[in-house]
Amino acid sequence: MHPYAVHRPVRGICGARGENFSRLLGLLFVLPILAGCQILNPQSGYTLTVMTHDSFAVSDSVLKQFEQSTGIQVAVLKGGDAGEMLNKAILTKQAPLADVLYGVDNTLLTRALNEGIFIPYTSPELGSIPPEFRLDPQNRALPVDHGYVCVNYDIAWFASRGLNAPKTLEDLARPEYKGLLVVENPLTSSPGFDFLLATVAHFGPDGYLDYWKSLKADGVAIVDGWETAYYTNFSGSSGKGPQPMVVSYATDPAYEMIYADPPLSAPPIAALEGPDMCFHQIEFVGILAGTHNRAPAEKFVDFMLNSAFQEDIPMQMSMYPVKSGAALPDAFAKYAPIPSRPATLAPEEITAHRDEWMNRWKETMLP
Amino acid sequence: MERDDAAVGRMEIGPIPRKSFSGGRALLWILPVAFVGIFFYIPLLSILRMGAGAALRVGLGAFSARTILNAAGFTFYQAALSTLLTVIVGLPGAYVFARYEFPLKRLLRAFLIVPFILPTVVVAAGFESLLGPGGWVNLALEGAGLIRQPLPFLHSVGAILLAHVFYNTSIVLRLVGSAWERLDSNLPAAARVLGASRWQAFRRVTLPLLVPSLLAAAALVFLFDFTSFGVILILGGPGFSTLETEIYIQALQAFNLPAASLLSIVQIGCTLALVVISTRLAQRAESATLKVGYRTARKPVSAAEKLSLAAVLCLLGALFFMPLISPVASSFLRTEAARGERTAVQTGFTLDYYRELFINRKEAAFFATPIESARNSLLVAVATTVIALGMGIPASMLLSRPGRLDRLIEPFLLLPLGTSAVTLGLGMLVALSRPPLDLIRSPLLLPVAHSLIALPFVVRGLKPALAGIPARLREAAAALGASPFRVWQAVDFPIAARAVLSAAAFAFAVSLGEFGATTIIVRPDFPTMPVAIYRFLSQPGGLNYGQAMAMATLLMLLCAVAVTTIERTRE
Repeated sequence: MHPYAVHRPVRGICGARGENFSRLLGLLFVLPILAGCQILNPQSGYTLTVMTHDSFAVSDSVLKQFEQSTGIQVAVLKGGDAGEMLNKAILTKQAPLADVLYGVDNTLLTRALNEGIFIPYTSPELGSIPPEFRLDPQNRALPVDHGYVCVNYDIAWFASRGLNAPKTLEDLARPEYKGLLVVENPLTSSPGFDFLLATVAHFGPDGYLDYWKSLKADGVAIVDGWETAYYTNFSGSSGKGPQPMVVSYATDPAYEMIYADPPLSAPPIAALEGPDMCFHQIEFVGILAGTHNRAPAEKFVDFMLNSAFQEDIPMQMSMYPVKSGAALPDAFAKYAPIPSRPATLAPEEITAHRDEWMNRWKETMLP
Repeated sequence: MERDDAAVGRMEIGPIPRKSFSGGRALLWILPVAFVGIFFYIPLLSILRMGAGAALRVGLGAFSARTILNAAGFTFYQAALSTLLTVIVGLPGAYVFARYEFPLKRLLRAFLIVPFILPTVVVAAGFESLLGPGGWVNLALEGAGLIRQPLPFLHSVGAILLAHVFYNTSIVLRLVGSAWERLDSNLPAAARVLGASRWQAFRRVTLPLLVPSLLAAAALVFLFDFTSFGVILILGGPGFSTLETEIYIQALQAFNLPAASLLSIVQIGCTLALVVISTRLAQRAESATLKVGYRTARKPVSAAEKLSLAAVLCLLGALFFMPLISPVASSFLRTEAARGERTAVQTGFTLDYYRELFINRKEAAFFATPIESARNSLLVAVATTVIALGMGIPASMLLSRPGRLDRLIEPFLLLPLGTSAVTLGLGMLVALSRPPLDLIRSPLLLPVAHSLIALPFVVRGLKPALAGIPARLREAAAALGASPFRVWQAVDFPIAARAVLSAAAFAFAVSLGEFGATTIIVRPDFPTMPVAIYRFLSQPGGLNYGQAMAMATLLMLLCAVAVTTIERTRE
């Protein structure tokens, strides 16, 4: 039974609209019965289910090629942002919803590993991935891509006022940049949390709150999430908001070039490049413990690490591939260079202090 | 003296007979009770049990009782104030829609439900361009020399209240409006003849007769405000925390399931208490029944009537349409020229964003054109409407002439509306992901989840309408040999038709706009329109922003057309 087949009678009701309401009412009672047949008839056929976060995307041609060469059908389930998705996977680990989970990053890695949701798989493709990305020595979680949460600025805004862009995290708190930065609330947003981690990495667990106090005194704007920060508050986006600096991703300038209408001659924004101003994020894939499709799951993991998928990543998910030698699209090579001095923290440390850092941040910034 | 008039109205129609709990009634209850039981109470208990288990193992972690108290206090405060304001704004609107005929009335009525379905991010963009630091209101005030610094409208309690009024006024407008329309205009007129002032006639005659529908509407508005999420986070800003936002943060960001469960229990307790109180209050007022059989709306005659009608309509128009201008305009106007370093300035009207909606630029898998996502949204919304009416009509028939047991059941049908979407979503994930209820990947789960939220609208909208039908009409039909179904078809349905259709419109709108944790697991090959809007908004680039606004404009249009169509079925 096709999963959408149950919707068809509903369309029939729509057609009967206005003719005879009691006929419609009679049909009302058919639907629950159809729901029942859905219960008795679980989906059949050989499919591999991949659970991911909302940002997952892949080119149709790349995925089709995998499906055709292996005979494996791929179904994708999206479970919210990375944190939400991991939570859902943990809540259902007794009866997993999927065979493969993609999108756990280094800030969530230790929690995923501690919960034992993954089984190890040493993919032959791992050989061409530099060791600095391979954070789990047991290969339960395999690196797929990486990216950077940075402070981006509106080039024209600074140029028109003859103001130099800040060069360091410390600069951001200086009076000449008062009220010019918007950040996401780390309690509700993952780029917001990543930027919080960058400040912890730079100023230390004992110093980061003092830095945030100085940002607060300097009028930093805090909003709920990336969409609001970028499109409502940031002046460099189409939303043309009040703040010319935003916590966002290093790949944004490339996206602003590709998705400009009419085309632009140069990116309207750029990432600030100072020490520890960007937080380094690595995303992983793993095979879920309890899968009955182990062999196809392994094939899918290999597929995510091979060149076709790796080179597809920047355009589809605005992240950088981990595979050495994977080619970058022109716009990324030109406008979204990889930050040279990013901040990092050990995954175990992040998991151990996640609550504490967030709560202390909240007490300081949102009393 | 007015008291006597009301009493006459009451005597004429007669008291509502109390029903005992019989086999026939039990049969009618089976469907709604089983539905809510399986899809709400089993998931809810599963997740709370998990939370309790985790609490016993690891405790509450870094989480204090003070957080709960603060969050609960602010939740009540903003919800009560929002509800009060919504009722105050909605009443004049309900009055003019019930009493006057005017051009484009039906269209306007349909359009006023549009805010109800819009994603908060889109509404927030509208409010920002209206009330933000560089918004029109601040610019106008600065231009007039009234202020030096932009007024901080946004990120305040005021912004939360305004947004809640914007979102929920249509509930008051429709629920109270349809009761008002069925209200015998001779009653207040008689009071006026007997010497009551206009205000006295309203306060002593009209208002008491409207109380059941007013309470029904207020309870729904309160529950929506009580569990509101996007408005608090986006328009209120990170400084405010309610039970709903705390549950979200604890459950999904801080990974503290015990704390989230505790917060959920507090939230559900509050909701239950509130629903019980409002049901009790409505029951006390139920003895006042309504005159039926003819429509009371007429054209405005005197200049004063025309003027007040115009004033109310202008106010509603300003409140509802001004925040929507900017998103709609952004879907038709190029924005590139105002930013970045450019060589040529290009501004003006464009249809590119709409055209682009049909192009899969990234050649991404699981791409859906706007037609496909609109079709998905429509399918889910129709299914939701059908399920919600199917469960809600028998339930409200029973509740309109309730026995003791029926009254006990009622609050439990309304509880889903006042329960955190995060809690419900996680509960469904835990309870419905394995046999015999392996439904989590089923496309039917989406309309089921939406129906849980839509059901209270059907019940609360229909109950006062059905309760107002004089028992003697039914008795007459039955005496003439009509079967119970025939009685319902010939008596109840024609009288309650408007309320049924209004309930259907709400069920439809609830589904069309729903985007939240009740989506639990999104199938990327079956995106609805709000999902598609968020998909565009989650990426940088002018085209993405333009397409999100174009999609939002299409969503508004679809909603208005669908609601107009639903309401047309009456003729």
